[in-house]
Amino acid sequence: MTTIDDQAAPIAIPIRPDETKVERHERFRLLVRSPTFLIGCVLAGIWVVCAIFGNLIAPHDPVAPDILSKFEPPSGQHLFGTDKLGQDVLSRVILGARAVLVVAPLATILGTVLGTTIGLVTGYYRGFVDEAIMRVVDAILAIPLIITALLAITAVGPSQKTVILVIGFVFTPIIAKTVRAAVLGEAQLEYVQAARLRNERGYYVMFAEILPNVTGPIIVEFTVRLGYAIFTVATLAFLGFAADPSIPDWGQDISAHYQSINAGYWWPVLFPSLAIATLIVGINLIADSIAHLFER
Amino acid sequence: MRRFLLTRLGLAAITLFLLSVLVFVGANLLPGNVARRKLGNLADQAAVDQLNHQLGTDKPILVQYWNWVSDLLHGDLGTSLSYNLPVSELIGPALLHSLKLAVFAFVMVVPLAIVGGVLAALKRDRLADRVITVGGLSLAVVPEFVTGIMLILIFGLWLDLFPVSANAPDGSNILTQLKYLFLPALTLVIVLFGYISRITRAGTIEALDADYTRTAVLKGLPRRTVVRRHVLRNSLLPTIAVIATQTGYLIGGLVVIETLFNYPGMGRLIFTAANAKDFPLLASSVLIVGIVFLVATLLADLAYSLLNPRIRYATAE
Repeated sequence: MTTIDDQAAPIAIPIRPDETKVERHERFRLLVRSPTFLIGCVLAGIWVVCAIFGNLIAPHDPVAPDILSKFEPPSGQHLFGTDKLGQDVLSRVILGARAVLVVAPLATILGTVLGTTIGLVTGYYRGFVDEAIMRVVDAILAIPLIITALLAITAVGPSQKTVILVIGFVFTPIIAKTVRAAVLGEAQLEYVQAARLRNERGYYVMFAEILPNVTGPIIVEFTVRLGYAIFTVATLAFLGFAADPSIPDWGQDISAHYQSINAGYWWPVLFPSLAIATLIVGINLIADSIAHLFER
Repeated sequence: MRRFLLTRLGLAAITLFLLSVLVFVGANLLPGNVARRKLGNLADQAAVDQLNHQLGTDKPILVQYWNWVSDLLHGDLGTSLSYNLPVSELIGPALLHSLKLAVFAFVMVVPLAIVGGVLAALKRDRLADRVITVGGLSLAVVPEFVTGIMLILIFGLWLDLFPVSANAPDGSNILTQLKYLFLPALTLVIVLFGYISRITRAGTIEALDADYTRTAVLKGLPRRTVVRRHVLRNSLLPTIAVIATQTGYLIGGLVVIETLFNYPGMGRLIFTAANAKDFPLLASSVLIVGIVFLVATLLADLAYSLLNPRIRYATAE
């Protein structure tokens, strides 16, 4: 690198703080005014509340079988009816939020942290490692996520930990690709050149200089991936790989009952289906409105 | 052009090699001894050793990989452990079934999505646009099994219009077959519509904002002519690319849709293989899925560059 004296005082070149603050404030104001964002928050919020306070809201015990009252249609006693074991569908739907809303966010956080790190390193240093990692990314992307997850989970056996790790690892290269693209754009800018010329260490330039300037794409990517994580967790449960088969789970409940549709028992599948649909649509409306904001 | 083609082919070959390593390692993660799994816990150790030797699963992992790849290159996809049949005999019909379903879905979704995307772009930021983009995207992100269940409930149970199983009785004519395939195909259509129409919309908006469109408008051409001759020709390019990238996604969706509708395609084959821990079947079918995806993206890249000289020259540098 350049031979600047190590003693040289760091040149302070912050963007005027009040300017970024105003900008951030303006962004937030626009966000809470967008109807898409608000609808998304309401939809997702309902399920977050159910996941946290489910025990208090649920009218019945979700795992108490009652053989005498199985497949009872919706009534005053059981608003959403009962399933093939006589369990209350409403209570299972309320508590089923927990199964997805623990695993999916953890997996997404794991993928975002790893992906951001790899994206920063490859985008900043470029070169052979960058090329090699991008090829691996392409290879991973050639297999659909659900098949990769299926492969890994049959290999290791389903558990909350496996599901989190598998989804997190599969997201890593995808997020790395997005972050890398953003870093490539930033690395050419003057503030990065300035930091390099001041002889800052690589990790300082990456994490203290570039990272704060690529948070926009990372936040967008995080919310989009969160939607996909919920999608994948639910789908795996439907395919018979629930993270924890002993607790109520929407995907698992649907797969246990869809064969009974022909017999006219629609309620044990309709309500969990609606739950998954509203949660995922909610998250994606939030993601979409945030993405809109950063595109401006 | 030749240089472009060679670069693309080279990259695809490297990706394919990495894919084969990933698939092999992934499928070999399956725990346990292959012959022991096949023969069961009560089998004699000597029999297990002999079968392992026969299958080649007692050799070092690199040798196994090499044998697998060279067999593949000779067109031998291996023998399924759970069906005791050559893998190619299982994959062939399954691919054909999936292809039938996918083609049916694409024939429906591509025109719909293009019309939807162009319409949204022409009505940009108005109600029709919001309904198409937000509605399309919301439908696209819902898991296929949820969409499928909803369709089964509405069209199969309550309206009783379509059969809920995808398997037409043997020897039924093409119309009956299509009727049986309609609900699974519609599930795919609903998922794909959001993605394709979104790209079409973006492409159309870009073309609408371009200088050549303004020139055409200022020249006094009627709006219809401007849209047809100047906008659409340019806006449909990205759509071609996205249609190809959706094929990879499509196969992931097929795993779920084929399981739900009990349809004997590629997706269900992979699912069964994973459940039965059938390594040769699993590895070969996942690899074939990967190859289909790579070939589709390659073809799309080529079509795209043939239609758009700007890309061709830019990458040939």
